[in-house]
Amino acid sequence: MEISINDEQLKALLSDVLDIYGYDFSDYSHASIVRRVNRLISLDKFPSFAEFHFRLRTDAQYLERFVEEITVNVTEMFRDPSFYTALRETVIPEIASKPFIRIWHAGCATGEEVYSMAIMLHEAGLLHKSLLYATDINPSVVEQTRRGIFSLAHMREYSENYIASGGKHDFSSYYSAKYDRVIFNDMLREKIICSTHNLVSDRSFNEFQLILCRNVLIYFDKYLQDRVLKLFDASLERLGFMALGSKETMKFSDVHPSYHQLGKEKIWRKKK
Amino acid sequence: MAQEKVKASDRLVAIGGSAGSLEVLLCLLPALGQINFAILIVVHRKVSNDPILRDLLASRTKLTVKEIEEKEVPVPGTIYLVPGDYHVLLEQDKSFTLDYSEKVNYSRPSIDVVFESAANVYADKLVCILLSGANADGTEGLRHVKLHGGSTIAQLPSASDVPYMPEQAILGKVVDRIMNIEEIIDFVKNF
Repeated sequence: MEISINDEQLKALLSDVLDIYGYDFSDYSHASIVRRVNRLISLDKFPSFAEFHFRLRTDAQYLERFVEEITVNVTEMFRDPSFYTALRETVIPEIASKPFIRIWHAGCATGEEVYSMAIMLHEAGLLHKSLLYATDINPSVVEQTRRGIFSLAHMREYSENYIASGGKHDFSSYYSAKYDRVIFNDMLREKIICSTHNLVSDRSFNEFQLILCRNVLIYFDKYLQDRVLKLFDASLERLGFMALGSKETMKFSDVHPSYHQLGKEKIWRKKK
Repeated sequence: MAQEKVKASDRLVAIGGSAGSLEVLLCLLPALGQINFAILIVVHRKVSNDPILRDLLASRTKLTVKEIEEKEVPVPGTIYLVPGDYHVLLEQDKSFTLDYSEKVNYSRPSIDVVFESAANVYADKLVCILLSGANADGTEGLRHVKLHGGSTIAQLPSASDVPYMPEQAILGKVVDRIMNIEEIIDFVKNF
């Protein structure tokens, strides 16, 4: 019989994770976090919730696994090609004249979107004066982003996405393959700065011309969504751009009046 | 934050389908008059951001047909479509949460994920209908629905374009009733 935790168990668990380790998941979407916890209990074959709870309280190493599995790290390169077309054709030309370009990928997961962006900046002749800040709550995916090593099996799909987004070069020229892995070129990797950052508890750390945070807000409740959008607002230059996932919106947030949306893609520009 | 308080539908019909299910939906929708519950449709499809399915379904009914928006609450008389490439979960207040986690049964959206989550929230105020398809998705979801007191229906395999999916659920002993298209239409109209 599969274990399915109830609301009180979830509350107790999240309160311990906050007290002992300082990670605050209390404003995450409950339905999603309950499902992830049930899944983890089943994946790691705990006989009961109590044993899972005990292990989490007493084993700091297991906390790492908890954070890794509770947060969703699914991502792709050039996902939603039309979104990347809009970045390429509308956003990049607008930020091109800046002496120095700073971009923040918040909740970057394993980094596929960061490398996609680095490739587009390279093709626009802007990579040399750009820095891409890639952050995530989860240290192990931040490390994966830093390494820039991905599975070869996905490259065909990514290459198709790249072409669909308007890419004109040979996608495979951006990486070297070895066995079943590829590593992206140093030229791209050295422009990417990787760090852990918790959108719930950490503050703004720079000012950017473009912030991307796609399919992260869907896991937060309305209150936390609004707080995070304010954090982004405080981290974005005037006339800077903010990009969200295809089903996410700024519409219900307090910061919305200071932005206008570009066309039908989920990209907003800050008014002066 | 500015948002109106809307009252969530207190009953839900969830319909899951894969290959061969569109035809059933195209028969069902025009037959529905006004309904005082919400309908949630989850079908396997390839492309995300594709309005064609919504437009097609909307053309067959006077009811509102819309793709789910993040944190939206289902209201009576509306048909909600799970967007391509996302799972959908329901919160305790019945609002929808979109989820971009791993595929389940090689599918995103997965019927199992939607049915299970709906069962946690709607319990015995839920009926789930599993239509034609070539995948075993849906069976585990229906098991969960039964466990929480909801009703489960599978399309009659011999009347399904692709019988595998309803067959798996029937073999799994998670189906209360087996129905052809006309019976499904009658059932939903009188739910």
